[in-house]
Amino acid sequence: MSTLLSVENLEIRTAGRVLVSGVSFSITAGERVGLIGESGSGKSLTALAVLGLLPDSMRASGSVLMDGRQIVGARDRDLVPLRGRSVAAVFQEPMTALDPLMRIGGQVGEVVRRRAARDGRKPGRAEVDAQVTALLERVALPEPGRVARAFPHEISGGQRQRAAIAMALACRPKLLIADEPTTALDVTTQAEILKLMEGLVRDEGMGLLFISHDLPVVATVAERALVMRRGELIEEGAVEPLFDRPAHPYTEGLVAAARAFDAALETAP
Amino acid sequence: MSGHDAMVSGNGRARKAALPWPLAVGGLLVGLHIVVALLTLVWTPYGVGDMAGGRLEAPSLAHWAGTDRLGRDLMTQIMIGSRIALLVGCGAVALGALIGVTIGILAAFATRTLDDVLAAALDILIAFPTLLLAMLIVASSDGASLGTAILAIGIAGSAIVARLTRILAKRVLAMDYITAARVAGTGWPGIARIHVLPNIWPTLIVNFALQFGLAVIAEASLSYLGLGAPPPNASWGRLLQEAQASVYTAPFGAIAPGIALVSLVIGLNLFADGLRDAADPTRRRSR
Ligand SMILES: Nc1ncnc2c1ncn2[C@@H]1O[C@H](COP(=O)(O)OP(=O)(O)OP(=O)(O)O)[C@@H](O)[C@H]1O
Ligand SMILES: [Mg+2]
Repeated sequence: MSTLLSVENLEIRTAGRVLVSGVSFSITAGERVGLIGESGSGKSLTALAVLGLLPDSMRASGSVLMDGRQIVGARDRDLVPLRGRSVAAVFQEPMTALDPLMRIGGQVGEVVRRRAARDGRKPGRAEVDAQVTALLERVALPEPGRVARAFPHEISGGQRQRAAIAMALACRPKLLIADEPTTALDVTTQAEILKLMEGLVRDEGMGLLFISHDLPVVATVAERALVMRRGELIEEGAVEPLFDRPAHPYTEGLVAAARAFDAALETAP
Repeated sequence: MSGHDAMVSGNGRARKAALPWPLAVGGLLVGLHIVVALLTLVWTPYGVGDMAGGRLEAPSLAHWAGTDRLGRDLMTQIMIGSRIALLVGCGAVALGALIGVTIGILAAFATRTLDDVLAAALDILIAFPTLLLAMLIVASSDGASLGTAILAIGIAGSAIVARLTRILAKRVLAMDYITAARVAGTGWPGIARIHVLPNIWPTLIVNFALQFGLAVIAEASLSYLGLGAPPPNASWGRLLQEAQASVYTAPFGAIAPGIALVSLVIGLNLFADGLRDAADPTRRRSR
């Protein structure tokens, strides 16, 4: 399997503070990797660094090779053609993940058009509309016609997140980065979205970097997990052995907490 | 299916039943001024310079707003004043919007250093009184004219528009959908056009209408001080200034242009409010 993403010794610092340090990992094509850790451990920053989208106030060093191209230190202009083709992202907040003033169909259509333009084609309106409907169907949105004409505030949070996933799919990326895409959703919706994402990633043969602080969630979608704490990668390995026999006490703590939570749910009436 | 129907009819009802009153009243007031301004292009009750009646006459059937100290019909001058006010307002707001939105968007997308420099420059320009700017511009040109008034008021307004645009744009740029768009490979001109401008537009429109009101007042102030358009451009500011000497004996000379000025400014402000609601689909639905 070819390596899709290779991160070597990534360090992120801002005015005097080191936020992430010594992070190294890689993702091969089609592999599903979970990135787990407590709030503030640097998961999102690592994802942004991989996307080359760190805020101006931060500096990254080390190496991030995405599809063979160096991201660290590259100019934004040089990254534009790489993005979308190699990598797409879904974020945590379904409310801010979509432009509130654009109809869903318009937003998905924009990505479809951009993607086509990259392949040197200029699709007509009908073709874009057809692709938008197909994508909305792909993420199992009911009544794709209605959803395409709706504004984000006119559909539910789970539906918004599905629409955001449809936009990411429209890019046909090799790697999908999902930063806590289900945290803001209720448990049932969360389970549906996770199943959907896992199926889609598998079908399309995309790599997945799935970020969450929720252990069971990561266990559902990922084959391999990376555990972060205070800006450092402290443990990594295949999901099952890692969660069954955690080597690091911190991971052990995470696992124990998740078990206790599950147990509490089961004993509850 | 039924959900869709409900949504459509819901929207339709909201739009029909609730033409918001600020939009209606504001539109009416502004519309009135526009009609009068257009009318003056082809007809006025009397000629602008005609000494059509006695000096400082009170309002009558022949002279609805009375006459000035030279016996000229005030209604005629006030009507032409509408034209001047709208012309300067439009020109200044268009100029201010063009410069302001451009600078604001550039600053929002700029690197930190450039952004800081632009922000500081804007703060200085905002602190600079419109009046001083107008005097500088008049001094460096052939004298006061409609053009210098538009230029001065437009430039002064552009700083405020730029600062607002920058703040609004930065707020939009912090949203996840912008990051998602960037990840999808949209360059910054695309992001500005597709996401930033439409999202800040409703607020900017309100600001433009408010700016329009301020521009009308600024124009009146400039011509009050003799820095506005010279005669025969009958500006409300000049009418007020001329009426000042006789404000106790003939108060209507000041009241009538005052009413014209206030009605246009209030109309513009109400219209701004109504427009904001109409331009924002989230508000449209919640009503
Ligand atoms: N713009 C910023 N400027 C300075 N520090 C920041 C900034 N953004 C994040 N940080 C800091 O970097 C650290 C890592 O943040 P990050 O957002 O990556 O955490 P996270 O693991 O994604 O947490 P969560 O699960 O809450 O999303 C935190 O300590 C945070 O305070
Ligand atoms: Mg985060």
